[in-house]
Amino acid sequence: MIKLIDVCKEYNNGVKALSNINLEIDKGEFVFIVGSSGAGKSTLIKLLLKEEEVTDGRIYLNGLDITRVPNRRIPYIRRNVGVVFQDFRLLPNKTVSENISFAMEILGAHPREIRRRVSMVLSMVDLSRKASSYPEQLSGGEQQRVSIARAMVNNPPVLIADEPTGNLDPDTAWEVMNSLNDINARGTTVLMATHAKDIVNTMRKRVIAIDGGRISRDEEKGGYTLEV
Amino acid sequence: MKFRIIKNTIKQGLQGIWRNRGMGVASISSITAVLMILGIILILILSINNFVLETTAKFDTIQIFLEDEVTEETMAGIEEKVKNQDGVISILFQSKSQALDSFKDDFGEEAYLLDGLEEKNPLPDSYIIQLEGIKYSENLVNMLKTLDGIEKVKYDKDVIDKLITFADYIRLGGIIVIGVLVFVSVFIISNTIKLAVASRRREINIMKYVGATNNYIRGPFIIEGILFGLIGAGISILVVYYGYEYFFGLVSDRLYALFSVFLVAPKMIFKDIAIMFSAIGIGIGALGSLISLKRFLNV
Repeated sequence: MIKLIDVCKEYNNGVKALSNINLEIDKGEFVFIVGSSGAGKSTLIKLLLKEEEVTDGRIYLNGLDITRVPNRRIPYIRRNVGVVFQDFRLLPNKTVSENISFAMEILGAHPREIRRRVSMVLSMVDLSRKASSYPEQLSGGEQQRVSIARAMVNNPPVLIADEPTGNLDPDTAWEVMNSLNDINARGTTVLMATHAKDIVNTMRKRVIAIDGGRISRDEEKGGYTLEV
Repeated sequence: MKFRIIKNTIKQGLQGIWRNRGMGVASISSITAVLMILGIILILILSINNFVLETTAKFDTIQIFLEDEVTEETMAGIEEKVKNQDGVISILFQSKSQALDSFKDDFGEEAYLLDGLEEKNPLPDSYIIQLEGIKYSENLVNMLKTLDGIEKVKYDKDVIDKLITFADYIRLGGIIVIGVLVFVSVFIISNTIKLAVASRRREINIMKYVGATNNYIRGPFIIEGILFGLIGAGISILVVYYGYEYFFGLVSDRLYALFSVFLVAPKMIFKDIAIMFSAIGIGIGALGSLISLKRFLNV
């Protein structure tokens, strides 16, 4: 599903963010990416979204080498990857269902299909009754679930979440985690960068730790820190 | 599927205009202002053009003065040759005494000053040649220079040349000013739209992440720009046209009938300014949107 071969990233200002990353993530996996700030988690996510170009190496997504995809084809890659951010990134002047259908409208989907999918993903994140609310009327956890619903509406095989619980208190963070877990249970590969220690420790999923731009640990059913 | 995308694009463009009304008003105002200035310059140029055309048309006569002791034969020769020249409508002989009479007419009540000139009339015999147009004068004058019995050829080449050069400069100046104005307005519009775009940066950013193509993102903004341009053009067409019509009426009714001859009639320019303003308005709007979006699309 996702495969990185000898990936290096050096920014124009000379900062070496990632070096020699080799990584393989199978379909249906749930993977935590942990590491201190500046370790290279965000860079890794940016490379997967082709927001940044690799300096060296190959990245395969669904069997496609995205490092060789020309810039104008980037939108088509992103349609296969749902993204969730720490700050939700919802449009304040659109309702919940408008925020979600927006992601399908840009693909020119049929309105009936849009309605069907929107109500489906809303029930997936347990927010059907909030369909016509505006983001500001929702709690932080609910907003993040809306953004997960938006990421899932086009049914991407991969969901990438960049610190999705970073702005949430522990209780609401769990609401979000439950949604992500549900989505993963339905077969979507989930990749989540996080600082949330207890979430990682409780969920016991695959943990990839990045330190100084290198993978320092890759452990099935791991914890936030190395447990000896 | 394609059609739905176009429909979405237009819908979002219209929504965008409504949601960013303030920006819209600013954009439309600047397009309108630019087009109005452009209209005034245009009318000025057209009027000066008109003035030059009308004036040069009046210089379509050439007078040749004959030497004193010219024979009938030479005169017949001159007449013959002039008549065969291109663009000559008529050739009219004006004798010494006719010339004096018309001279006296010019003096009006002071004609008595010229009394006594009849005995030794200093004015020469002459021909007045009527031409179809000023452009024929050059050839005719060159031909006349080769003939005998002609003392002097009088035509207003200098004046005409100056007028034509003057008109050329005005036209050139006008085109430059219009060019600069269009350039400046694209800049202004792109800045105004940039503000509108910046306020929707978030939206664009999200669109990029959910996989919208650049063209899909550009679409609504370009439609906005085009509509701003069209609205601006519409307002300025009305203002310039009716404003000018009012001014034209004022000038020709009361003040200077003479002056208004040189102004272009409002009806004659309506179609031109309508087409021109719409084209420029749309161009400025679309280009302004494109330029201002460039920066925001690199996500």
